[in-house]
Amino acid sequence: MTTITAAENASAVTGRKREPVKGSRSSTTTALLMLLPAGILLITFLLIPIGLTFGLAFTNARLISPRPAEFIGVDNFVRLFADDTFWASLRNTIIFAAVIVPVQSACALGLALLVNVKMRGTNFFRTVYFLPVVTSMVVVSMLWLFMYQKNGLINQVLLKFGIDGPDWLGDPHTALLAIILMSAWQAMGFHMVIWLSGLQTIPGELYEAAELDGAGNWEKFRYVTWPGLRATRTFILITITISAFALFTQVNIMTQGGPLDSTSTVVLMAVRTGFQQQQTGYASAISLVFFVLVLAVTLVNRYVTRDKDAR
Amino acid sequence: MSTATAPVGPGVGSDHLAHVADPTTAAPRRGESGRHGIRKPLGVLARIVLCLVFGLPLLFMFVSSFKPDLQIFGDLGSWKAFLPVGDISTDNYTGVFGRVPFAQFMTNSVIITVVTVVLGIVVNSMAAFALSRIGFRGAGAVLGIILATLIVPFETLALPLLWWSNKLPFLGPDGFTEGWLDTYQVQIVPFIANAFSIFLFYQYFDSIPKELDEAAKVDGAGWWRIYRNIVMPLSGPAVATVAILTFLPMWNQYLWPLMAVQTEELRPVMVGIDYFKQLNTSWGQIMAYASMITAPVLILFVAFQRSFINSIASSGVKG
Repeated sequence: MTTITAAENASAVTGRKREPVKGSRSSTTTALLMLLPAGILLITFLLIPIGLTFGLAFTNARLISPRPAEFIGVDNFVRLFADDTFWASLRNTIIFAAVIVPVQSACALGLALLVNVKMRGTNFFRTVYFLPVVTSMVVVSMLWLFMYQKNGLINQVLLKFGIDGPDWLGDPHTALLAIILMSAWQAMGFHMVIWLSGLQTIPGELYEAAELDGAGNWEKFRYVTWPGLRATRTFILITITISAFALFTQVNIMTQGGPLDSTSTVVLMAVRTGFQQQQTGYASAISLVFFVLVLAVTLVNRYVTRDKDAR
Repeated sequence: MSTATAPVGPGVGSDHLAHVADPTTAAPRRGESGRHGIRKPLGVLARIVLCLVFGLPLLFMFVSSFKPDLQIFGDLGSWKAFLPVGDISTDNYTGVFGRVPFAQFMTNSVIITVVTVVLGIVVNSMAAFALSRIGFRGAGAVLGIILATLIVPFETLALPLLWWSNKLPFLGPDGFTEGWLDTYQVQIVPFIANAFSIFLFYQYFDSIPKELDEAAKVDGAGWWRIYRNIVMPLSGPAVATVAILTFLPMWNQYLWPLMAVQTEELRPVMVGIDYFKQLNTSWGQIMAYASMITAPVLILFVAFQRSFINSIASSGVKG
């Protein structure tokens, strides 16, 4: 479905611009030559691996093995669905996504509204909020690993307010929450910028008109800003969801999935089985489930946020 | 992702496009801001608190990198945690160099990132040029396929790609060798062609008037010259956007080199941090290492702040 609409879109665009070129054969040859490097690379490192994800999932392929992979039907999936770690990973991944999508997008919108004002120093604030985005997740994870210690920076700050903080990453009840908080902290600036660019597409006259009608701040947000951000909203929902499902770096560095699988994720499990245990076939099955999940969520997201006014 | 939201109403879509076309518009337009701002004192307070929330952890990292471990822990309970006071030295930095081949890691990361960015700009802009300005039968379908792949996260492909990389042949100085694991090319080549970069170039090229091509052709220029001497020199903002959006993930790459490279001499900086977790942990050294691998990005960010923010903003153009 997505493919078709994208293709239609694209052909509409190229169709329009093809007329000035008189369709000469040499033009086509040049075009194909220019397309060739990217084409070969995309086929080799994108399309073939996509195909392999589907193909290898039904084999017993191993990462390094003298024996060729054998077709074993749905054995990998049978094994996967009987694996408690898989269900725990899937549950954690879904919880992570379900919490971080609304929290992070809402907070990022708040930040965007806050820095979308004419005021001295706005640019400074925007830059500071954006700093974690340019900091690698690896660095952020190490930093927060330290801050989350039982006697670490966060608990020391909480102590100032009379709160006795938990052992964030050591307790199965708080570990996932801790990872959610630091992930939101890292990525919020990114989505703030995207919300901002959305806010700036809303024509100022709409706010002026709303003011003339006596709208307050809330009404202006509810009836002008929110509807004006429809396209941005869809984009943000889809990107946060996809990156939430791909959760790996933080968990690998901070908890390795523990304690008691409470922070294990689908990608972490795929890496464990496919890389550390070299079971490429099994890992492909996990990747395939992951891919179907992403696809489903994207389609649902798109359906829910579709243009209801389209006729 | 873009495919999922591409066919939005023409109004919204073209507004977004305008942002890529003209990066200056991505800066806030002063006139229309401040309409839903929170009233001043409360708003200023909120901004400052948020500033601390986002800024202090990073400040803490830099400051702690100059302190011995005992003092890092000792300072946690007060503002001293964020101030370079007490026993300040560069011992942690010396320690890092003694513990890991830092210069090697850094060189590797620079090589991998720079080569990918440069080749990525060339390869993707050529493809976009072919699709956008030359055009041919089926160009629309090709673009459609490229856009459709944007929905596939790299993580779903990583494991099959790892297996596949181990099978690929490579023509090097020693003739044909099989298997790309443990090489520079496995960290570079898969990331050169990028569907999103092609899309960004495509969009930008579309905004450059076609009359320029016609005029150049009258003067006897071929497509290659139009690409090199006319279209590319006019596409500075698109090149900057693609460069930044390639640079950041490449520099920060972790999952892929963790799996694809086992030889220490070929590892990039991000994977190097694992060395500090395995042996007895010295937090001062970790902070020093983290500071050193973050500094290059922060310096570039501060120097090209506007370009950074605009590229991120234009990645939202997909919606």
